[in-house]
Amino acid sequence: MIRREFLRGTALLASLPLVARPAQAAERLKVGFIYVGPVGDFGWSCQHDIARKALEQALAGKVETTYVENVPEGPDAERAIEGLARSGCKLVFTTSFGFMDATVKVAKRFPEVKFEHATGYKRAENLATYSGRFYEGRYVIGQIAGKMSKRGVVGYVGSFPIPEVVSGINAFMLGAWSVNPAMKVKIVWVNSWFDPGKEADAAKALIDQGADIVTQHTDSPAAMQIAEQRGVHAFSQDSDMLKFGPKAQLSGIIDNWSPYYIERTRAVLDGTWTSGDVWGGLGSRMVVMAPFTNMTPEVKMMAEATTASIAAGKLHPFHGPVYKQDGTLMVKDGAVLPDPDILGMNWYVKGIDEKAPG
Amino acid sequence: MLIELERRSAPSRIMMLASPAIAVALTVVTAALLLAAIGVDPVHGLGVYFIAPLSTGWSLQELAVKASPLVLIAVGLAICFRANSWNIGAEGQYLAGAMLGGWFALAYQTAGAWWVLPGMLLLGALGGMLYALIPAALRVFFGANEILTSLMLVYVAQFGLDYLVRGPWRDPHGFNFPQTVAFEPAATMPLLLAGGRLHWGVLLAPLAVAVAIVFLGATLRGFELRVVGMAPRAGRFAGFDVRRDILLAFAVSGALAGLAGIIEVAGPIGQLLPTLSPGYGFAAIIVAFLGRLNPIGILLAGLILALSYLGGEQAQIALRVPLDLTIVLQGALLFYVLACDTFILYRLHLFGGRRKAVQRAA
Repeated sequence: MIRREFLRGTALLASLPLVARPAQAAERLKVGFIYVGPVGDFGWSCQHDIARKALEQALAGKVETTYVENVPEGPDAERAIEGLARSGCKLVFTTSFGFMDATVKVAKRFPEVKFEHATGYKRAENLATYSGRFYEGRYVIGQIAGKMSKRGVVGYVGSFPIPEVVSGINAFMLGAWSVNPAMKVKIVWVNSWFDPGKEADAAKALIDQGADIVTQHTDSPAAMQIAEQRGVHAFSQDSDMLKFGPKAQLSGIIDNWSPYYIERTRAVLDGTWTSGDVWGGLGSRMVVMAPFTNMTPEVKMMAEATTASIAAGKLHPFHGPVYKQDGTLMVKDGAVLPDPDILGMNWYVKGIDEKAPG
Repeated sequence: MLIELERRSAPSRIMMLASPAIAVALTVVTAALLLAAIGVDPVHGLGVYFIAPLSTGWSLQELAVKASPLVLIAVGLAICFRANSWNIGAEGQYLAGAMLGGWFALAYQTAGAWWVLPGMLLLGALGGMLYALIPAALRVFFGANEILTSLMLVYVAQFGLDYLVRGPWRDPHGFNFPQTVAFEPAATMPLLLAGGRLHWGVLLAPLAVAVAIVFLGATLRGFELRVVGMAPRAGRFAGFDVRRDILLAFAVSGALAGLAGIIEVAGPIGQLLPTLSPGYGFAAIIVAFLGRLNPIGILLAGLILALSYLGGEQAQIALRVPLDLTIVLQGALLFYVLACDTFILYRLHLFGGRRKAVQRAA
């Protein structure tokens, strides 16, 4: 028995500052996480896992966490989520859009367990949703791209044409046009969140088509590595990817889930948890900008100023007038696009030549 | 001492049956060694991995739910492979079945009558069958390699599904996310037990196994398929129509894959999504070979592979070992099966003394 504890302890030491002992574990709140990718994707899932570790550290002695990685969005997700609930987790974070219906179903069966689903829109008494206003960060990097691009062409590696990604493309281009109205975008869809091979191929194809800035809405640093090799600029996605593109990276969008995870877990511990929907942006620091690197001080100052005014609520990326591709006025001058319209965005803004998805 | 592989005069029947068992045993030993290497007590770890999923009613249900599409598809593939037809595109036929059956659900589910679900199953099987007949026809009439065409058609099906759920079939109230409306109860598999996910569709897997046993073992057509597979020339001399047999083999395996697809859609998933399969069509190829292309063997192999998925999740949750361990073990299982299969046709020959070795060298 002692040997078993010792062995298990050494196994966990590598990844965790804390080693749970079964006697104490009973009193601790068990928190479970489901990831769509591997924790080593250096992107989306990795950021959630960093927040999980931060949660363990912040509430040391009160919580115990566990996770299941690389869970496919589909019939397997429900089993993995239920597995966490059955193993005694009282709070479960399901961190990809495709886990939505599975989370809803399991939440119904485990009314005493609290569920938190990232990027979805279905809620219940014990199921809350949360997401980041990534489009705010995309406006900032779009502006940087507008200043830094010499050829005026940006290559965009897209995952799936869902509203989160489409609104990101629109925000990026609105940012770019605010400093360079002649900016063009080329988009390649890889139809995957995590497929480094395809992401790299897409980046290569875009650079071959004349893009001298690459940005991506996929989870690996593959596009960044290609940009570094080919001597063009790129933006990181989800995490800081500077080590993959020390000369290429200009800035990027970092998902910062730690404060939210700690706050929500504390709420469960205090018994004050209620369901709801949180959509945090630059202001609440759920979305933060990667350091502004490889650019002139003027561009850096501009980016910092834009970040600050979006965070302060003075600048909205979708402030009017915004026109749809066919010229329809979508947001009147002086107004901003309401949240539900951003969440369901399936149209490109005027000036994007690509065919709108869906 | 020298080791040599010597060809047996006849394939070993004992090894044919023992090979998968030895392979599974070697995989368990490998699992124990790997667990010990990453600092987990092997006995405890193996318990979590292979025993815990069998110990609760919920996980047994999940095991059946996970294994049933694998078994259904693999039974069809076994019939196809035995006829020496290489259908690698079961994944695409699975999706084709899901799409055609799903279309029926979307079109008629509001009618809410008893015939909605049977109609979906029928069209699901039909969709898979028609989709499988494309590579079969290309091979029979144009001599195109069916391995390539069936595999390529998987991607066509995936993009077809992608188009439908993002375009014409998209839920208008789904915030533009790529999915259809959730199926009505009339278009959903009834549960066998309340509170779980075990549904009536799971029963079709053992049924398919039983039918396949009879078909392959006790019907003339089944015999014909096997003869055509083992010795096409002999089949032709016997007056068998090889072309028809290839079409038949593909039709059966496609229909079963399509049936698996619509069962998943009408059962655990409950709507059409861009991702309907975690690679069942490909995993079923492993199941088919692990089960010796024999229906009973496939039933066992399907359960074993399903167990490795479930165990892998349990191990992640309870032991916090990485998912990579599961992937390594699944790979090891295939490797050991192939290695052990060598001994069906070959035997090990050990040369004890130095003299014999020299003799051979000379």
